[in-house]
Amino acid sequence: MSDQPSGFTFRSSARIQCDVLWALILREIMTRYGRHNIGFLWLFVEPMMFTLGVTALWTLAGMHHGSDLPITAFALTGYSAVLLWRNMPGRCVAAIAPNSVLMYHRNVKIMDIFLSRLLLEAAGATISFVILGIIFIMIEWIPLPEDVFKVLGGWLLTAWFGASLAILLGAWSEVSEMVEKIWHPAAYLLFPMSGAAFMVDSLPPEFQKVILWLPMVHGTEMIRDGFFGSRVTTHYDPSFMALVCMILTVLALAFERKISREYVVE
Amino acid sequence: MIVLNDVHKFYPTRSGPVEVLRGVNFTLAPGEKVGILGRNGAGKSTMIRLVSGVEQPSSGLVERSMRVSWPLAFTGAFQGALTGYDNMRFICRIYGVDFSDKVGFIEEFTELGPYLREPVKIYSSGMRARLAFAISMMIEFDCYLIDEVAAVGDARFQTKCHVELFERRGDRALIIVSHDENYIRAHCQRACVLVDGILHHFSDVEQALDFHGSLMTA
Repeated sequence: MSDQPSGFTFRSSARIQCDVLWALILREIMTRYGRHNIGFLWLFVEPMMFTLGVTALWTLAGMHHGSDLPITAFALTGYSAVLLWRNMPGRCVAAIAPNSVLMYHRNVKIMDIFLSRLLLEAAGATISFVILGIIFIMIEWIPLPEDVFKVLGGWLLTAWFGASLAILLGAWSEVSEMVEKIWHPAAYLLFPMSGAAFMVDSLPPEFQKVILWLPMVHGTEMIRDGFFGSRVTTHYDPSFMALVCMILTVLALAFERKISREYVVE
Repeated sequence: MIVLNDVHKFYPTRSGPVEVLRGVNFTLAPGEKVGILGRNGAGKSTMIRLVSGVEQPSSGLVERSMRVSWPLAFTGAFQGALTGYDNMRFICRIYGVDFSDKVGFIEEFTELGPYLREPVKIYSSGMRARLAFAISMMIEFDCYLIDEVAAVGDARFQTKCHVELFERRGDRALIIVSHDENYIRAHCQRACVLVDGILHHFSDVEQALDFHGSLMTA
């Protein structure tokens, strides 16, 4: 029996935590994708379609991005990163109310709802990025990444940023309906400024300083440095991004704690 | 054991915080069966939620040293888009129970047959009640919390529920919230009456029912 109040050990608690997260993930997959047509494959087919569409559009439009990089490499790295940090908050904002009844089971906490959605979202964006990357490399549209660990580092920082922002906004949206209203336009407006559609180096120097206050720009530049750093000049500071993520994480956890204590199940 | 020590619960409202429970003390030993009576809005459901751990007290202490169920109500907390089987699997997973052991019981108890593969949203209220009750009996607890078990379903279903809860699990502790005097009389050894957030204890069920009755006519 997993729900044994006396004699909680770290192991038994970790076991319950994993059971709950796994149950929530499977439940989310079932409610979102069902058993019809390709089912859970939509998890990464959907972001792949977005990235492919943007790649095609940018190629057709002959988009100018201030370097001689192939547009494909540029779109893949940029748009995949956007999907990663933008979809996580999108899934966590206003996520509690539709799942309220689940909290009749005391092992299911608000944080579990957030975590299960974050894991799914991160998995979808990552699988899509990896599959498209492999395909593009195999058909020689883009070269192999020069430094895989830099790509991984930039990707993880971007995921951390998305996850901490998601928990903060998700918890906040429980207190204020404004958050949901403002997030949609904010996410839309942040996209062109996030570094997905330009290289920081191609901006005027004064503007570079301003744009580098946006944390996700650093993640995107770092991913691009890892992919084709020898052909472009990138501008980023992982420690700045990590600091922002740290602050967001502390705020997010504090907020989540507060609303969890006061939460009233339907 | 379940122990509530000086438990207070406030809920925020537009006109300021409302104190729903004002210093509730309560103890439940293993196997004990206790009824909770009170008028609408006296705080009965709030108390059950705090005992189950669904909500946290504003102040005071709630201790559980036995496995306590979620608040059982026949309506059930289902995801309508999921099938009966999927809803069952979810509950099994979060309580770490093997689903395959329970399928037989669920099929036999609910008599839902092929409907278990259909989304719960197409179920009638009687079908939902059968599934909800079967799911709550699927996980074994030391104490079951029963919040307002209204007379749902036909006589056959009621008999089956009776067998599962009071005969097969006759050794478990129960906290029953109900307005039905006969139900409390039949199943409880003692009873408490909640009046405006204060819990009055009675070792004798009849005394509790008399006190409750006098409140209702007052």
